[in-house]
Amino acid sequence: MTAKPRLATIWLDGCSGCHMSLLDMDERLLEITERADIVFGALVDVKEFPENVDVTLVEGAVSSEDDLRKILEVRRNTRILVSLGDCAVTSNVPGMRNPIGPGPILERAYIENVTLHPQLPGPLVPRLLPLSRPVHAVVKVDVFVPGCPPSADLIHSVLDDLISGRMPVTAGVTCFG
Amino acid sequence: MSVLTLVIEGQDVAGPAGRTILQVARENGVAIPTLCHLEGLSDVGACRLCMVEVEGQRKLLPACVTTIEEGMQVTVNSDRLTAYRRRIVELLFTERNHVCSVCVADRNCELQDLSVEFGVTHFDLPQLHPKATVDATHERFGIDHNRCILCTRCVRVCDEVEGAHTWDVMGRGTEARIITDLGTPWGQSATCTSCGKCVQVCPTGALFEKGRSVGEARRRRPYLPYLVAREGRAR
Repeated sequence: MTAKPRLATIWLDGCSGCHMSLLDMDERLLEITERADIVFGALVDVKEFPENVDVTLVEGAVSSEDDLRKILEVRRNTRILVSLGDCAVTSNVPGMRNPIGPGPILERAYIENVTLHPQLPGPLVPRLLPLSRPVHAVVKVDVFVPGCPPSADLIHSVLDDLISGRMPVTAGVTCFG
Repeated sequence: MSVLTLVIEGQDVAGPAGRTILQVARENGVAIPTLCHLEGLSDVGACRLCMVEVEGQRKLLPACVTTIEEGMQVTVNSDRLTAYRRRIVELLFTERNHVCSVCVADRNCELQDLSVEFGVTHFDLPQLHPKATVDATHERFGIDHNRCILCTRCVRVCDEVEGAHTWDVMGRGTEARIITDLGTPWGQSATCTSCGKCVQVCPTGALFEKGRSVGEARRRRPYLPYLVAREGRAR
């Protein structure tokens, strides 16, 4: 790892709860930003995912064509990819549509239950993939951090390990839900 | 009754003929993980978590339904057994739609506990995402087949303790479902006494009391002391 590791976070099909939990680290965030450069994510005004990122935390499942494009780009440019939270790890709540399929789900949400101008999302909205899938079903994942959301303490301990050049062990210390 | 001696996990132990490996192990403080087993109900060996190695046997044997034999050498923990047990937990999770974060049994679930015990942080197997229904026709209780692991504790407690035999299993393999009566909605069951024992013994969030929200399905198993009292008869 370089002298100051390059850290990124990204948010696919999730509720932002994992990022909220990340913010829940409170003053420890300052300590993290001293030890690592945050080069991409909700806290950084950067539009394109940068190259040579050491650690990327991924929140959310891969549910749309846009999610798929993003995660492939993230994986190409990331050394250690972390699946953060149940949506990234199992597809969780976004995956609840999997037994039903994207067509009937969109129909239900945008036509059947709408009284004013019922219409399906247009071409500006990324198309849903047939299944909402966990990140590791699409690209290789190096670290799994289940939890809905994982606690701030757990995220801090994972980041502390990774910034120090250690691989975190999450087995037995966190669970789904 | 003859007393048999055997070795479980390197420990010399003894027990009366007819006792199971699981019973003798637990009497002697040796832990064996279980899921479908519940003290006081008959054992069916459904979950396979209690599989142990017995010297001289090539097959693994389920400790809950294997009776002890003289001179038996039983291994409870090995890398091979741990790998199988972890895989069983993973198979149970991926076969139905276990979404812990929105489950009534979140943090009160034996399957979730086992995922921590065996360090299951993700699934290597693809999730099946089956279409599973929820039957909320009963006045006080509901069944969410998305969470059911087919342990059949509900079937056994209803038959062996309540004596109603409202519950049973229909179908095979991944199509198998717990049913009330002959597949009629629970609310229309002619045999259900609404005693709620099935709800209390469910290890996951499949059977629940209405009006409970996420994480509220605390089981009141201490309210079922007669289960333990009946242990002798259940066998």
